[in-house]
Amino acid sequence: MKPEEIIAAVDGQILVAPPSELNLVYGCASDLMSDVLNLTHPRTLLITGLVNIQSIRTAEMADLPAILFVRGKVPPPETLQLAQEVGIAVMVSPYRMFDCCGRLFQAGLRGLGKVKNAP
Amino acid sequence: MELSSLRAEHVITDKEAKTIGRIEELSYELRIGEVMTRNFISVAQDMRMEQVLDLFREKRISGAPVVAEGSLAGILSIEDLIRCLRAGDTQALVTKYMARQVVTIRAGDTVIEALKLFTQKQYGRLPVVDESGKLVGILTKGDVTRGVLRALESDYQMEEIRRYRASHLFEDIVSERSSLILRYTIAPRDFACGGQASSSIKKALLRLGATPQIARRCGIAVYEAEMNLILHTPNGGTITAEIEPHLINIKVEDDGPGIEDPSLAMKPGYSTASEQVRELGFGAGMGLPNIERCVDEMSLESAVGVGTTLTMKIDLQPPAIELRHRYAVSLGRWEKTRPAIASRQAGESGPEGEVAT
Repeated sequence: MKPEEIIAAVDGQILVAPPSELNLVYGCASDLMSDVLNLTHPRTLLITGLVNIQSIRTAEMADLPAILFVRGKVPPPETLQLAQEVGIAVMVSPYRMFDCCGRLFQAGLRGLGKVKNAP
Repeated sequence: MELSSLRAEHVITDKEAKTIGRIEELSYELRIGEVMTRNFISVAQDMRMEQVLDLFREKRISGAPVVAEGSLAGILSIEDLIRCLRAGDTQALVTKYMARQVVTIRAGDTVIEALKLFTQKQYGRLPVVDESGKLVGILTKGDVTRGVLRALESDYQMEEIRRYRASHLFEDIVSERSSLILRYTIAPRDFACGGQASSSIKKALLRLGATPQIARRCGIAVYEAEMNLILHTPNGGTITAEIEPHLINIKVEDDGPGIEDPSLAMKPGYSTASEQVRELGFGAGMGLPNIERCVDEMSLESAVGVGTTLTMKIDLQPPAIELRHRYAVSLGRWEKTRPAIASRQAGESGPEGEVAT
C-alpha cells in the first residue's frame, strides 16, 4: 500500500513524507519496542501509540520505512526531526489501534503470521 | 527510472532511494552556468524567416535567440515559424515574427529556478544571461537532465572512492592484526539519546562495507544492550565495539545492579522492568533474546551488586552462510544456517518462512 492509500484507509495525515516512493506490504502493531525488533520485513508499516523518540530508533534499527501513530498522537518536534534525518515516514491517524489495524487489514495490508513455536 | 515498478515484489533498494533524493538536492545546488549550452545557435536580427527555416531544419533545433550586436533582441520558436509559413510570409525579417518579451534566466541561478519556469510556462528553452545582461548561453530541459546526470555520476565516483578507502582501511594499514575500536558511554535514564550509539555503530559498519543485513543485526543487538543500560542500571555503562576485517566484538559493561538468574533473563517475555519503563514501550522481555538471535556468539556474566558484562560477536564476512541464506530465500524456503542459534527457540519467523532479522 502506498502512503496515500494508508492515509485514506485510516483518515490520517502525513507528518514526515517518505524520502522516496514507498510501497508497504505488511503491518506490525505494537507498543512494545523489543517485540518490534523481534520481527522485521523491510516493507512493514509500524503501527504504534508510542510517540517517544525510541519508536523512531526502533524503526531505524529494524530498517522499517514508515510509522503510523494512532489515537491522534502527534510526536514532539525532535522526534519528527529524527525521523526526517534517518529517512522514516511518519503518519498519524485519529483512529485507535484496533480500528487502524482493522481498516488497514481490509484495505490490503497483510499481517506477519503466527509466531513460531508458540504453544 | 520506473519506480512504481511492474514486478510486485520489486523493493526500492537503498541505492535507488538515495538517487531520487539526490536529484532533487542537486537541482538546488547546480548553477545554470554549469549545465547550459554555451555554443548555441543564434539568429541575426537582419535575417529572413526563409533562412531561419533552413537553419532550424539543418541544425535540428526548435528555437533560437535573436541577437543584435551581441545582445538579446528576441526569441524565435517553431510556433513562430509555423505562423509565418501559414501566412506564406517567408521573405519577412525575423523581427516580424520573433517574441520580444523574452524570459531569461541568470547563469548564477540554481537549476531549480529554471525547472520552475519550465513547468509553469511550458517554455522549450531559456536564454541565459550573465549579471551584465549579456547573452551567455541557452538552457533546455535536455541540458538540465544531462547536467544532473553528470553531477550524479561524479557523486557516485566520490562515494565509491570514499567507500573504497573505508572498506580497504584494514588492507592499507599493515599490522599483524588491526582493529577499529568505537567506544561509547551511556548515561542512565537518558531516553532522548537512547539509540545514538547503536545508530553510529550501524552506520560505521555500512561505511566499512558490511552488508545491510549484518549492519541491521548488529544495530539491533547493540540497541537492545544500549537500552538495557539506560533502563536498568543506576549509573549507565559503556559500549566498546571492536571492528576487525572479519569480526566485530562488542562488550557492554555496567556496575550494577546485576542479574540474579541469567538463564531466566534470556527467556522471552521475562522482564524485571518497572511500570514507568513499560509505559515507555520497553520491558517486553525480548531484549536479551533479540540479542541472542542477532549475534553469532554471546556471553553474559553477572553478579548481583557488582555488575554485568555482556559480550557479543558477529562474523562480518560469512560468505558461505550469506550465499546459502540468499539461495534458500530465493527458493521460498528458510533454513536456519547459523549453527550457534540453530538449536535455540527464540525469534519469530516472517511470512513464507522468511527470517526475522
